[in-house]
Amino acid sequence: MNIEIAEYLRLDDRFPHILCPGCGIGSAMNAMVRAISESSMNKNEICVVSGIGCSSRVPGYIDCDTFHTLHGRAIPSATGIKLARPEMEVIVIAGDGDLLAIGGNHFIHAARRNLDLTVILINNFNYGMTGGQFSPTTPQGKRGTTAPYGSVERDFNVCEMAKVAGAVFVARSTTYHTPHLKGLIKQAMKKKGFAVIEVVSQCPTLYGRLNRMGDAIKMLEYYRDNSITVTQVKEPKDAEGKIVIGVLWETEAPEYSEVYKKVIDIAQKK
Amino acid sequence: MKKSNPNPVVQTAKTGIEISIIKEFCKGCGICVEFCPKDVLALGSDLKTNCINIEACNGDALCELRCPDFAIFVKNPKKKAIKK
Ligand SMILES: Cc1ncc(C[n+]2csc(CCOP(=O)(O)OP(=O)(O)O)c2C)c(N)n1
Ligand code: SF4
Repeated sequence: MNIEIAEYLRLDDRFPHILCPGCGIGSAMNAMVRAISESSMNKNEICVVSGIGCSSRVPGYIDCDTFHTLHGRAIPSATGIKLARPEMEVIVIAGDGDLLAIGGNHFIHAARRNLDLTVILINNFNYGMTGGQFSPTTPQGKRGTTAPYGSVERDFNVCEMAKVAGAVFVARSTTYHTPHLKGLIKQAMKKKGFAVIEVVSQCPTLYGRLNRMGDAIKMLEYYRDNSITVTQVKEPKDAEGKIVIGVLWETEAPEYSEVYKKVIDIAQKK
Repeated sequence: MKKSNPNPVVQTAKTGIEISIIKEFCKGCGICVEFCPKDVLALGSDLKTNCINIEACNGDALCELRCPDFAIFVKNPKKKAIKK
């Protein structure tokens, strides 16, 4: 078929994909594929890695090097790939449960090491694949199948956590703002070091239904009406109750695989 | 592995803008219909998206970018292909 991005998709044997109608993961995948296609990279130089979950199904539909690993272990697997082949662009795409619950420690330590990964964290505020259990990002008071009266736990602020753990690029977008999201992914891919993009997404089948948020369209309207770009935030109260989107943090720091390479060089000269 | 054969329904406007819809991939979520600024699309009786007013399309391809199912593609001859 004559589509620009067709060469990056396994169109002839994997589609239509298994995600529910209106699921935001598809839109995030769409933005990622376009970012890859618009980057000047050869598809053999890119590896997309995931764990387990609805979000982690994405690599199955992408036609470049891909690796669908174990639940929570997307980042450890990506670490191995990056250290074995530092010239490759390694992208991790997984859910909030995968990257922040079972894989939470891997996330903060990869950020601390500043390994050159692009992490696309699809935050749909619950465990979609296993039936809508609450996750570390479910806001306090919101329902999950394991929190029928509302979650009593406080949620993580993903971006703040990535920043204090040592990430050099931290950004947020939503599945309503897909052109914006695509731009952020391109920026993150170019960035040398641990780059995190939180994608505020919708799971209309579980989280949306349990919390009476309406269908996918209603959820996207909510994201449209309640988002504010980081440049519009003049004082802290502007951001209250809003989803702040854009590049939230950027800095420079020595990258892990480069530092590690120096150690290898020293050891091999002996 | 099952082989699918994407067979898009293609419509072309006088402006040269072309919309292709792959019905086999569309799940009828309605995101493209709702957020099209020009009301070019509508869900049909087949519960899939249909192009009902191609002449109004401004070629911004927001539907293509938001579609979670890779079911709609817009070709706009005025937009230059992004250089690799
Ligand atoms: C070691 C292990 N524990 C638990 C599970 C069950 N499990 C599968 S997916 C999942 C959570 C997925 O949630 P998330 O990562 O947020 O992805 P989503 O489905 O919401 O996109 C869990 C707990 C598993 N597969 N392996
Ligand atoms: S269960 Fe939720 S996250 Fe999983 S595919 Fe369906 S809508 Fe998407």
